[in-house]
Amino acid sequence: MLHVTNLQKTYHSGDEALRGVTTSVEGSETVAMIGPSGAGKSTFIRCVNRLTEPSGGEIELDDTELTALGDDDLRAARRDIGMIFQEYNLIERLTVMENVLSGRLGYVSAWQAFRRSFPPADIKRAYEILEQVGLGEMADKRVDELSGGQRQRVGIARAVIQEPKILLVDEPTSSLDPETSNTVMKLLTNIAADRSIPVLINIHEVNLALEYADRIVGVHDGELVFEGTPNDLDEPALDRVYRGTDIPDTTTDGEGSTETDDQEAPLTTTGSTAGGV
Amino acid sequence: MATGERTWQRPTIFRTRRVKWAVYAGFLAFFVWSAVGIGFDPRRVLQGIGNTAVLIGDFLPPDATARELNRIIAKMLESVAMAMVATVTGIAVSIPVAFMAAENISPKPLYALNRGFISISRALNAIIVAILAVKAVGFGPLAGIITITFKTVGFFSKLLAEDIEDIDMGAVDAVRATGSSPIQTLLYGVVPQIIPRFAGLSVYRWDINIRTSTVIGIVGAGGIGSVLLTAFNRYDYQYVSAILLSIIVVVLFAEGVSAVVRRRYQ
Amino acid sequence: MSAEQPSWQRFDRRRRIGRFLAVLAVAVVVVASWQFMDIGVVDPDTVPREIADLLTRMYPPDVAYTPQIIGPLIETIHIAALGTVGALVLSIPVALLAAENTTPNAATFWLGKLIVTVSRSVNTIIWALIFVVAFGSGPLAGAVAIAFRSVGFLGKLLGEEIEEIDFGQLEAVRATGASSLQLLLYGILPQVKPALIGLVIYRWDINIRDSTVLGFVGAGGIGVQLFQSVNAFAWQSTAMILLIILGVVVVTEGLSAYTRGLVR
Repeated sequence: MLHVTNLQKTYHSGDEALRGVTTSVEGSETVAMIGPSGAGKSTFIRCVNRLTEPSGGEIELDDTELTALGDDDLRAARRDIGMIFQEYNLIERLTVMENVLSGRLGYVSAWQAFRRSFPPADIKRAYEILEQVGLGEMADKRVDELSGGQRQRVGIARAVIQEPKILLVDEPTSSLDPETSNTVMKLLTNIAADRSIPVLINIHEVNLALEYADRIVGVHDGELVFEGTPNDLDEPALDRVYRGTDIPDTTTDGEGSTETDDQEAPLTTTGSTAGGV
Repeated sequence: MATGERTWQRPTIFRTRRVKWAVYAGFLAFFVWSAVGIGFDPRRVLQGIGNTAVLIGDFLPPDATARELNRIIAKMLESVAMAMVATVTGIAVSIPVAFMAAENISPKPLYALNRGFISISRALNAIIVAILAVKAVGFGPLAGIITITFKTVGFFSKLLAEDIEDIDMGAVDAVRATGSSPIQTLLYGVVPQIIPRFAGLSVYRWDINIRTSTVIGIVGAGGIGSVLLTAFNRYDYQYVSAILLSIIVVVLFAEGVSAVVRRRYQ
Repeated sequence: MSAEQPSWQRFDRRRRIGRFLAVLAVAVVVVASWQFMDIGVVDPDTVPREIADLLTRMYPPDVAYTPQIIGPLIETIHIAALGTVGALVLSIPVALLAAENTTPNAATFWLGKLIVTVSRSVNTIIWALIFVVAFGSGPLAGAVAIAFRSVGFLGKLLGEEIEEIDFGQLEAVRATGASSLQLLLYGILPQVKPALIGLVIYRWDINIRDSTVLGFVGAGGIGVQLFQSVNAFAWQSTAMILLIILGVVVVTEGLSAYTRGLVR
């Protein structure tokens, strides 16, 4: 479904955010990308739909090479990619309904967008999805009146109404408390399963990754250092991801050196700032 | 052990007290130079003050014949009409200019060009613009409309551009990510974020435009300014007074409307 | 089971009608205004063409004219400087009168408000017309005009600042047995000084621009030169003057921003 080959990104400042990452997302699996702040997770996700332009590499979505697309074709391709953002990135002054409908902008004209006259089928779908995410009664509320968890759900609805082929999710839970985080993750995976679409989630809470993902991909300093199932993610693997140390797989002398606790690793990392505008 | 007497001096932003006195002396010298430069002669000033007192007598009471009154009304309406039309055209032109002058969404050369245009508009007094407009298109309200439109663009675009530069680009990214076209991104992502200030700014500028429209007639750009100038040249000071009164009334009314609208929408 | 297609509108009925009416009202006013002015049908080509014509005549600007501009330019700066300083001095008592908390009684309050209102509603150039009659033509009249216009501006805003001050500080000063003047110097002025300086600099910036045109009505400054060259259709000299004015305004704005940043 999504095949990323040797993705590179170097910013103007010289910062090498991605040094050639190769991975893929297939079928309808949920893949979680973990790694410390600044590892390049956000950059990776933003490169897939070219919100950030990659410096090199290939990105293939369902036999379409995204890096080779011109502006118009890129916009058409973006319709098939549903993105959910860390800070929700909703248009605060507009209502829930308007934000959800903005997912269909790629299918209407500028005039229709201005007049907010979306096709009835879209409106029907919007109400259905709002019900599904539990915001059925809130369609006409302004977004800035909602809580964090509610806003994230609007973000999910917006991505889902696109009827995308894949969902890209950038740290959906970093601004949320643990309980809301779980609710959001559950919702996300359920909706994706419902529609049989694959999900690529950037996440730094490893416990959530372990619980909800089918596969895990670990990134450290712009490089892929782990790929496997949640079961494969043992301590040495975690170390490789979060400390980048080249510890061999089997540690014979595991004296209690310090903190080797799953929970320890990514406590409160502030959102990755590797994403350029 | 006797310590010397402690002194205290008022703190100052200048690095040392010397710098402070030097700066003050510099200012004083400058103002003395200025005073000499403009011919500030105490005798002249006193005479002028005396003349002003007499003048006040000439100005009061305000007086206008019926015909003159009609003229005031007609020309005042012309001023207001100019302001109305020019505010709308000015704002209409300001919108694209503002987008092109916003650093976060406009390419460098376009940004520089529009910022330059805005600077020129803001630097030149309306009367200067009016005189040029009159030379270009002739006397009358058309020149006035051009003048006020031009000045409106400078004011409005600058503030609007600053508003645009302050928006949350994350929300714009999100709209882009759905596959929307650039225009849709502007309409759906940028515009809703700048609307709150738009109404207030519009009516504020309309207020200023009303004021401007009352004076540009002095150089022939339409409106009551020309009537005022003629009255002055004929030494008909009571008529001048009547005209000034009408100007003050209209300006205050516009200011009132502006204040009310801004309070409601901000 | 056929469900009714749900519909959705961005604004409810009342707001939509409101918006529609507002747009309609503006359109009506604009059209009526245009008709009233009796400008006639303007060929959309003509205006841009005529403006472009004027602009091309201005190119290239007559650089050799510059020496003749310097004198009047300096005069303009003098006018703005003195007018602003004069206004500063006068605006302090006016502001005290126009501020609810420092004005002695209702009559003085209204007097203060009156001075502020008249000053602000009459454009600088009209003040110049008046003072040319009183003081004779020349930069003195210009400086007085600038001062008279600025008093209202400074008086109003300073008055608002004074209304916002912390009374506790004043009470404490009064409790020491200070006189009214000392109260002003030690209690009020320190609190409003940063704002006051900022306002004065801001007004000075505006006054520079205003001073450039006073010469049109005989009140001195570079306006005289500008008026002459425009009436003589000497476009290249005009262009040079405009460029210099542009330069001065830019420098002034820079200075203004810098010093306002310093005063905190």
